[in-house]
Amino acid sequence: MLTREKLIEKALLLLALSAIGSLALITIFIFLEGLPIILKTGLSHFIFGAHWAPTKGHFGILAMILSSLYVTLGALIFGVPLALGCAIVLAEFAPPSLTRILKPTIELLAGIPSVVYGFLGVILLVPLIRTYLGGPGLSLLAASLILGIMILPTVISISIDAMHAVPTLYREGSIALGATQWQTVRKLVLPAARSGIITAIILGMGRAIGETMAVIMVAGNALSIPTSILDSVRTLTANIALELGYASGAHREALFATGIVLFIIIMILNTAATLIAGRR
Amino acid sequence: MRVDPLLTERLVKSLLWCLTGLTIFVLIFIITFIAIKGLPQLSLSFLWHDIEDMGRAGGIFPTLVSTLYLTLIALVVASPLGVGSAIYLTEYTLEGWVTRLIRFGAECLAGVPSIILGLFGFVLFVIKLNFGWSMLSGGLSLAIMILPTIIRTSEEALKAVPKEYQDVCFSLGLSKWQTITRVVLPCALPGIMTGIVLSIGRSIGETAVVLFTAGASLRTPTSLFDSGRSMAVHFYILAREGLSMPNAYGTAAILIISILLINITAYTLMQRFLRKYQ
Repeated sequence: MLTREKLIEKALLLLALSAIGSLALITIFIFLEGLPIILKTGLSHFIFGAHWAPTKGHFGILAMILSSLYVTLGALIFGVPLALGCAIVLAEFAPPSLTRILKPTIELLAGIPSVVYGFLGVILLVPLIRTYLGGPGLSLLAASLILGIMILPTVISISIDAMHAVPTLYREGSIALGATQWQTVRKLVLPAARSGIITAIILGMGRAIGETMAVIMVAGNALSIPTSILDSVRTLTANIALELGYASGAHREALFATGIVLFIIIMILNTAATLIAGRR
Repeated sequence: MRVDPLLTERLVKSLLWCLTGLTIFVLIFIITFIAIKGLPQLSLSFLWHDIEDMGRAGGIFPTLVSTLYLTLIALVVASPLGVGSAIYLTEYTLEGWVTRLIRFGAECLAGVPSIILGLFGFVLFVIKLNFGWSMLSGGLSLAIMILPTIIRTSEEALKAVPKEYQDVCFSLGLSKWQTITRVVLPCALPGIMTGIVLSIGRSIGETAVVLFTAGASLRTPTSLFDSGRSMAVHFYILAREGLSMPNAYGTAAILIISILLINITAYTLMQRFLRKYQ
């Protein structure tokens, strides 16, 4: 009887290692496939080279790294003010009955597939940009706007939870001292919920930088360093997805190497989010 | 100069309410737009017919079968792993470096972008293990994607079961495993189901992972080693290559409606479960 219990415990431990094991496998395989080409090209040539012509042996991904960063920054510029505004209203100003309906509704929308966002971007947003602002329409701006919308549910939901975690007693004290609701939010709730809100933004950032399908559809995918927000751009994720279907040999290795760069950026963001959340 | 706090209060509140209205409008608009454009395209024959002329005509039957196939494989693989992990984390260990490592692994895995999972599934399942572009490769890759969700929700569900239940079991002489299988798991089941149902929604909507592991064959898959395109992949190809707008809208409508229904089910399950124990 006792040995059976011991066996079950060991078996469960094995199952519990599945997540970290998968993560390790992913890391090993991506690095095994991608590292040789980075070493051959030279790390600085690979990261700071602006010329990507994989069939001719040029593997520089600077344009894509910059595009990914710009698009993510753009998404934060559009998404974070909207998300924070919405979170403050739902957590602090709106009647609780309204929040009880709206918060789950917003969370449900996190389930809309990214291809649908991309599709709507192409048929609604891209023509608007082309008509009113010029350029090809498929652009850095379009990608930023779509990603900005896509990160809303994540950032709103986690920020509301962070603000709800601030004890009501603090708010009552502040109001009793004669502060207005907005003063209470700005001087008390926001600082107290800061680490949670930063975690929310970092997770939103991770989602934006890792997003593939929506970005492929609206960003235009041109291979150059963008100089304006109306330029067509190709992100790291889009580069992998566009070329993986037909790549072989060194070209395929270079796509895995692109994956390594993306993977490292995401791991840094995740670790930062975990550390900040853990400090609470 | 000192600004009147009451004036600021009113200004800021109106601004923030406007932002909230805009956010909710945008999100609701997306669903309404797809529903209005897509619902008129739907009919029984659209669901039951094969894809014809690369998607310009015909229905989406093969994509329904592929989606079902992929989701089922992912669930069969990920559910035992996820629930087992959660049982170990909540019932068998104290907080320590092992649990921290396992949780950190799950959190990082949750953050891995789908294109990286696609790359990984492609090199391991499609090439190294020689499964080819197939339901099996796609399903296994999706399983890795949904594993963190199942672990997290199952863990929360197991934690919500009152500790007194276990004390009673132990005092009656039940072993740990008997306690878990006969009392704790049945009590936590609705909460665990929430995670599984949410995972179904994610699997149905995923594109990048499936595209590079299950391929995009137009035929209906009949075995584990057949390639096939899921609904999301089919929609992506229709939209990107501009093959047929009516069919793209129709597919998008089915995709969104099924995911919303699934997520609403998950939400209702969770609410009912939480109400029982709080």
